[in-house]
Amino acid sequence: MSNDSVITQQMLDAVGVESDPVTHQVEKGAIIKFAQAIGDPNPVFNNERAARKTRHGGIVAPPTFLRSMISGPDKAKVENPYSAGLDGGSEWEYSEPVHPGDRITVTTKIANIYERQGRLGNMLFIIRETKYVNQFGAVVALERTTSIGYQPPE
Amino acid sequence: MTDQRYYEDVQEGEELPTLEKNPTTQQLVMYAGASGDYYQIHYDQGFARANGLPDVILHGALKNAFLGQLMTDWIGLSGTLKKLTVQYRGMDIPGTPIYANGVVKKKCVQDGEQLVECEIWLENHKGEKTTPGTAVVALPSRTL
Repeated sequence: MSNDSVITQQMLDAVGVESDPVTHQVEKGAIIKFAQAIGDPNPVFNNERAARKTRHGGIVAPPTFLRSMISGPDKAKVENPYSAGLDGGSEWEYSEPVHPGDRITVTTKIANIYERQGRLGNMLFIIRETKYVNQFGAVVALERTTSIGYQPPE
Repeated sequence: MTDQRYYEDVQEGEELPTLEKNPTTQQLVMYAGASGDYYQIHYDQGFARANGLPDVILHGALKNAFLGQLMTDWIGLSGTLKKLTVQYRGMDIPGTPIYANGVVKKKCVQDGEQLVECEIWLENHKGEKTTPGTAVVALPSRTL
């Protein structure tokens, strides 16, 4: 096992560089499809008639629906030496509900890069911060994710 | 769905009702389509094995969604999920049940909100906690 670092100056230079914003329209059908995919029967995510009787006044998106609002490519390219990757975790902070008809603008940036030895050998950790802002300029959610790169066996 | 839960009724140390999920390969394909995450380790067994994995594995974000459901079921329609943090420590494969659990760690009133902090986790059928996390929710008060 090699102790050579795979972290390059190019990677370090990419930290903090925000992606170009991408705006997604939130469609009611996409929310319902997402709720069905995660197997969550909560009427406020699935049924307009029932959801109208709640304080939300209609369907809202489940908490992790924003994962489907994919950000644009990184402006500062990071050449990841590892072809395999795993998701390490996620931290969400929610400020506003997401409704059908909202326009959500997504930007993302790498907040930190480091490496560690683990059960898959040397593992490259990329911490990313993604911001979701609605059409009124309100931040609806912030997400901090960890992705782990590694060398597949053979 | 449960009835509305109020801040006053919550006790520190209280356990949340367990949410059982039974993810299948079909659900992983549905989730890939709904989320736009088409990484092949979640539906192509040969690809997953070539990447050192035992089988296709659940999307981390799907497990995140299960823990989101644990919380939104518990807080009821007038509760608000403020924070949701999960760590994917162990891999989970489809075809076996997975259980979402939680326990109330702390309650406090802050900036006019009745906040409850929970420790949450997913447990596999062997009792291993594959996905620990925390959640902070705001609950309505019976008196306000």
